[in-house]
Amino acid sequence: MMRKSTYKVVKNCIYLTLLVTFSVIFLFPLFWLFTTSIKPDYQIYKIPPQWIPNPPTFAAYPRIAKLIDFPKKLTNTLIIVVSTILGTCLSCGLVAYSFSRLTWRGRDIFFIILLSTLMLPGVVTMIPIFVVFLKLGWLNTFKPLIIPSFFGNAYFIFLLRQFFMTIPFELSDSAKVDGASEFQIFYHIILPLTKPAFAVVAIFQFMASWNDFMGPLIYLNDPEKFTLGLAVYALSSGHQGSIDWSGIMAAGVIQVIPVLVIFFFTQRYFIEGITLTGIKG
Amino acid sequence: MAKKRFFTKKDLIGYLFASPWLIGFAIFNVYAIIAVIYYSFCDYSIIEPPKWIGIGNYIELFRKDELVPIVFYNTLYYTVFAVPLGMIVAFFLASLLNHEVRGISWFRAIFYVPSVVPAVASSILWLWIFRPRDGLLNILLGFLGINGPNWLASLEWSKPALIIMSTWGVGGSMLIFLAGLQDVPRQLYEAAEIDGANGWVKFWKITIPMMTPTIFFVLVTGVIGSFQVFTAAYIMTQGGPGNSTMFYVLYLFNKAFRDFRMGYASALALILFLVILIISLILLFTSEKWVYYEARR
Repeated sequence: MMRKSTYKVVKNCIYLTLLVTFSVIFLFPLFWLFTTSIKPDYQIYKIPPQWIPNPPTFAAYPRIAKLIDFPKKLTNTLIIVVSTILGTCLSCGLVAYSFSRLTWRGRDIFFIILLSTLMLPGVVTMIPIFVVFLKLGWLNTFKPLIIPSFFGNAYFIFLLRQFFMTIPFELSDSAKVDGASEFQIFYHIILPLTKPAFAVVAIFQFMASWNDFMGPLIYLNDPEKFTLGLAVYALSSGHQGSIDWSGIMAAGVIQVIPVLVIFFFTQRYFIEGITLTGIKG
Repeated sequence: MAKKRFFTKKDLIGYLFASPWLIGFAIFNVYAIIAVIYYSFCDYSIIEPPKWIGIGNYIELFRKDELVPIVFYNTLYYTVFAVPLGMIVAFFLASLLNHEVRGISWFRAIFYVPSVVPAVASSILWLWIFRPRDGLLNILLGFLGINGPNWLASLEWSKPALIIMSTWGVGGSMLIFLAGLQDVPRQLYEAAEIDGANGWVKFWKITIPMMTPTIFFVLVTGVIGSFQVFTAAYIMTQGGPGNSTMFYVLYLFNKAFRDFRMGYASALALILFLVILIISLILLFTSEKWVYYEARR
């Protein structure tokens, strides 16, 4: 008995050591990002490094915020993020309802097609879609980044469908007896019961839009219209001569903070979403 | 018996609810694929309408364009190392997390955090870490007495650098593995213990076989993803030095949006699609041999 419990303690210690070691490795780049952003210039290139900036200075932040016109870029990004969240929840909710709670001719075939589109690499359709938006005169507007979200997303439709399936059909049936239309059932019964599922979709869409790089890169050329990510990129690529590392790192921190905050408050939803669909975030 | 109506009201409601995706599918998938096939046989600069040139783009792609083999090699190199390495790290971390230690959800969050970091932020961060003289990585290697390579500035080490960086973001695969590990029935381990199996035997004879469907999923999605590696190389190296990080999608992007050769880029896109499709099918067929599905027993 005694031996067994010592064995267990030793084993736990080994696990804990490994977990802590890897946590340090995984967090260190972020630690480095943040500390570089608050280092006085002469401490940035010091070897061996100045691990804890002394004295820390936040001078890089106002400098960078002004340089990239932070309020403007944040507004641009938020317009896109909020609109795509609305679009995705609305379209994917309706479509998922159709695929889970309604029976119609061709439903199962279309569902298989829906799933198979998940395997289609985005690069393949990128050029024709670009041409379409170009012909519509949508270049340099947020429309190409927002409008597609109103046409559903196969991952999220699948995810919502899985949630909708778990709701007893008796609820819909009794509502139908009371004369409710399908839309009323969707809106008044299914929607309130699956709020957590919509939260998962909203969070993933937030991350996708906030982190998107290729979309804004293709469609936005006017710096006034840039998203935060694009502005940070332009900052890092546009330098001449010596590089303002504390400034660039500060810009990185500005872009990272919102996702970190959201992630830590909504972890549970993340894990649920990933394990259910296999989206890797 | 009354003849069943071809299209009932029920069908109509179903189609109405599904219409956002049906329309999106028609435009963004069906039309786009037909158009990309058509463009791939054309000379198309956007300014002028597409001009049919037959298989000209494909001849250029396979015969004349000297960069295409390099771009293929780079992408394959990246995939062959980044995917297995990422999977091993993700599996290892998932196994660590699959124990009842206090605060395990904190560790899980910490390992996943790099995956939510925006690609732009992580690219500029790693650009700084990989600096040859004053970058963090070479400073740390210096402490160990190792003279670190020039990383992104070197022909041999630029790809490994991007692979190392990609390993930082294995959190998603890790969570999928973790979910798989948690689904392995306890009784199997208990039965094996009664038969005197040690941890090593249990790992190879129970954990790995039971995890093969998950491993397969992570492998396929990982390969598809890494064939499309773009952002890190675009931001950090622009394909350099000496085209050593010129990956397929980066090359395609340059052809389309820098040279405005939409026809040629469309041909590149279609070939990439075929390559990904063929690799997925090969993986699918070989999976019969090594993936264990309980239901088929």
